[in-house]
Amino acid sequence: MSGRALAAAVRSGDRSARSVVDEHLAAIRSGEPEIHAFNLVLADEARAAADEVDRRVAAGEDPGVLTGVPVAIKDNMCTRGVPTTCSSRILEGWRPPYDATVVERLAAAGAVLVGKTNLDEFAMGSSTENSAFGATRNPLDTTKVPGGSSGGSAAAVAAGFVPLSLGSDTGGSIRQPAALCGVVGVKPTYGAVSRYGLVAFASSLDQIGPFARTVSDAALFLEVIGGHDPLDSTSIPGAAADLTSVLDRGVEGMRIGIIEELSGDGLEGIAGDVRARLGEAAAALEAAGATVETTSVPSTVYGLSAYYVIAPAEASSNLARYDGVRFGLRVDAPNSGDMHTATRTAGFGDEVKRRIMLGTYALSAGYYDAYYGKSQKVRTLIVNDFAMAYGTYDLLLSPTAPTTAFPIGEKTADPMTMYLNDVCTIPSNLAGHPSMSVPFGVGDDGMPVGVQVLAPAMGEPVMFRAAAVLEAAAPPGASS
Amino acid sequence: MTGAPEIVPGWETVIGLEVHAELATVTKMFSGAPNRFGGDPNTNIDPVSLGLPGSLPVLNGHAVELAIRVGLALNCRIQRSVFARKNYFYPDMPKDFQISQYDLPINGEGWLELADGRRIGIERAHLEEDTGKSTHVGGGGRIHEAGHSLVDYNRAGVPLIEIVGRPDLRGSEDARAYVSELRSILIAIGASDGKMEEGSMRVDCNVSVRPVGQAELGTRCEVKNINSLRSLGRAIEYEARRQVDIVTSGERVEQQTRHWNEDEGRTHKLRSKEEAFDYRYFPEPDLMPVEPSEEWIAEIRSALPLLPRERRHRLAAVAGVDTGATALTVERGLDDLAVATIGAGADAGRVLVHLENNLADGVGLLTAGSFAALVAMETGGDLTATQAKTVLADLVATGGDPIAHAASHGFEAMDTSELEALVNRLIAEHPDDWAGFVGGDDRERRKKSGFFVGHVMRATQGQADGRIVNELLALRAAKQGG
Repeated sequence: MSGRALAAAVRSGDRSARSVVDEHLAAIRSGEPEIHAFNLVLADEARAAADEVDRRVAAGEDPGVLTGVPVAIKDNMCTRGVPTTCSSRILEGWRPPYDATVVERLAAAGAVLVGKTNLDEFAMGSSTENSAFGATRNPLDTTKVPGGSSGGSAAAVAAGFVPLSLGSDTGGSIRQPAALCGVVGVKPTYGAVSRYGLVAFASSLDQIGPFARTVSDAALFLEVIGGHDPLDSTSIPGAAADLTSVLDRGVEGMRIGIIEELSGDGLEGIAGDVRARLGEAAAALEAAGATVETTSVPSTVYGLSAYYVIAPAEASSNLARYDGVRFGLRVDAPNSGDMHTATRTAGFGDEVKRRIMLGTYALSAGYYDAYYGKSQKVRTLIVNDFAMAYGTYDLLLSPTAPTTAFPIGEKTADPMTMYLNDVCTIPSNLAGHPSMSVPFGVGDDGMPVGVQVLAPAMGEPVMFRAAAVLEAAAPPGASS
Repeated sequence: MTGAPEIVPGWETVIGLEVHAELATVTKMFSGAPNRFGGDPNTNIDPVSLGLPGSLPVLNGHAVELAIRVGLALNCRIQRSVFARKNYFYPDMPKDFQISQYDLPINGEGWLELADGRRIGIERAHLEEDTGKSTHVGGGGRIHEAGHSLVDYNRAGVPLIEIVGRPDLRGSEDARAYVSELRSILIAIGASDGKMEEGSMRVDCNVSVRPVGQAELGTRCEVKNINSLRSLGRAIEYEARRQVDIVTSGERVEQQTRHWNEDEGRTHKLRSKEEAFDYRYFPEPDLMPVEPSEEWIAEIRSALPLLPRERRHRLAAVAGVDTGATALTVERGLDDLAVATIGAGADAGRVLVHLENNLADGVGLLTAGSFAALVAMETGGDLTATQAKTVLADLVATGGDPIAHAASHGFEAMDTSELEALVNRLIAEHPDDWAGFVGGDDRERRKKSGFFVGHVMRATQGQADGRIVNELLALRAAKQGG
């Protein structure tokens, strides 16, 4: 059942929030041991919150558009008094004294938080294997990864543990796991959703967004969490865009470009079955009245390289605060410098350390211009190239990920191979544009394939219209 | 040549100061936590000032306004600015980076004018956040011997303006005058309380030496931990001598950061240039560039009060004196009174003399009108300087009319002919002293002048005007000589 339908049932009194929550907690109890989508299941808190929702409904109140809907959030979003780990040892024992803005907003809409989901440590990874608490498994094939870094949130929705969840996307961390798990995942325009309370990885790229099983649910959830927040200086002024009421307007007359550099023969590693589904998706959009053609956005091919300078550079600074002084893990030593080193050595995993070192190097005196400076220029080029393309096209299209879900352990030994998973998703982060992954059939292995719809800044309404068309036209998905 | 006193003869000391001042905002630079001195440790804090994961900075508009006020008061170019992260690990810095401004500061080039009219260049004045404060417990408070350290984050995130001066200062007096002037400006515009003892104003000092006449600058050392104007002077003098010793012994000064030890009266090395931190500055992605509109800057400019420099120039113009002669009056905040009193027709010279010498403890109930009336009585010969001082004290204490006060003391102007008769009588009574006055050298003449004036004062119970007595004596002597 969709989140929208559940909310309607609870609001109308057909179902109690408590029964909805209990049903989902039961699904978690049975499936979670194998999937490991969660770092923390808040069963008691969720039941209490559901009872409160029921009390309010009984009293004639309307708790909101997500009344009684169970939701899960990625464990890098702060929850007051509830552990927030980022799947890292270094945050051991830390309970934030405040809620992230998105947590406040989902509660204000009547949603019930049932747990916090697993991720690659500090959102650094594409498989949710870089977690200090163990990997999450793909519910559709538990020998496969769910993608990452928001693999826990994607798996929780795919497994039916919750109808809705939140992830964060810095270079594809919502869209890629959505594709690999066969669900809808949205990275909104940079600034559309408040980052206040999201533990930062790369501040200029991070963005929170929804996972859902339907395009309509994703739209509804994005409306709830979006809109201006004075606590985030990069938050866009004004209310969240209206998405749910434009969903069914179709794509008649739209011009849509397939990004050649991210889809065609030019890019190694895009699997044939993924390309085939992309072609079918394009045909579906054409059938619905859009004009679809291949186009070039040349600088997108440099996105991956620029990203792996900019994101680690920002991360090296954002992650400096984990020093053992004020919160989380502390490994004692005779002086503060040694204490910092001992704490960070023990607290961070290998991938986090790798990126901190990369970023520190890229910002160092004498190297800044060659790495960080040059990467920012690439970023500007990508923005310009997108602007050029959007002068002609309403939307762009590409695969979300190069392949379907890969086996657990397959890419952990070679970071570069893992990084290549984000080649199609990174350009949107660098440009600050919205994009989303819509499930569109399966690959040769029967695992889901995602198609990425890209839009210019603030282009979510048009993007969701195309996503709805793709959803309606999609061949049957994978089943667990 | 500036004529500044040389700390070591033949050597010029070149100084550039970096002054940090805490801005007098109600809340911190990037959050709603209070900006307040004192208070129990870790009470003026919130997630942002502790740098908790997930917290984000939101710029305090009042801090920007105060920074622009500082920029305008220092004649700086106000420009589009970008915040940057300055990365280094230290326990009292919550995020282990400081939000500062790097290549694009809010205030560009400007200048500050000293009381003597010299202009000292300002390189930039940028915004940044303050750090917390560490206390090292045990080991006499030294970090290396301490048993443990405590950190208070009340100060973390307090807005600072860092004012970077050009190396235009030439000695400890210059440096002190610069800091005093800067402090007066910051207080006048309400940007900071300027309290060095509470650490709301802190000075880092770059010192180098060169032989007098050499154009090229010597290698500089930066001296930190200067907590008062007195320390500033001592540290500069110590450092200048140390550097001259190094150079005269044939060595080279190494570029270093040095720590001033007030108790030992010396500086010691903290780190050399090679050991300097690599701060890995990059633009702060959580904040937008600051782009103050022309309208806003104009609005801030129009609301600025008169600055100390402007006050000195105004009083100098009104009083017809050099700006240097107005410095003390302006520093004491008495220039408004001086300008009004002179504007009411009073003699400027007498007004400034009274303000500098007789009103050091405040002006009480004195008004420009009563002050001007008093000075008029004095210059009109109705009151002697001594009497005027007495009446001035009355006006300060109780206000009112100087004529009434003079009358209540029985001060009446002595007729000059009456005074002349008295002088003639005294000359007749003391012929030897008179001879000494007429025929003696300067010293003798001064001595005898004092003798006669003293007698006149005693005879008139201080009501005679000493100036007139001297004139009468001179007149008689001239006649005699002729």
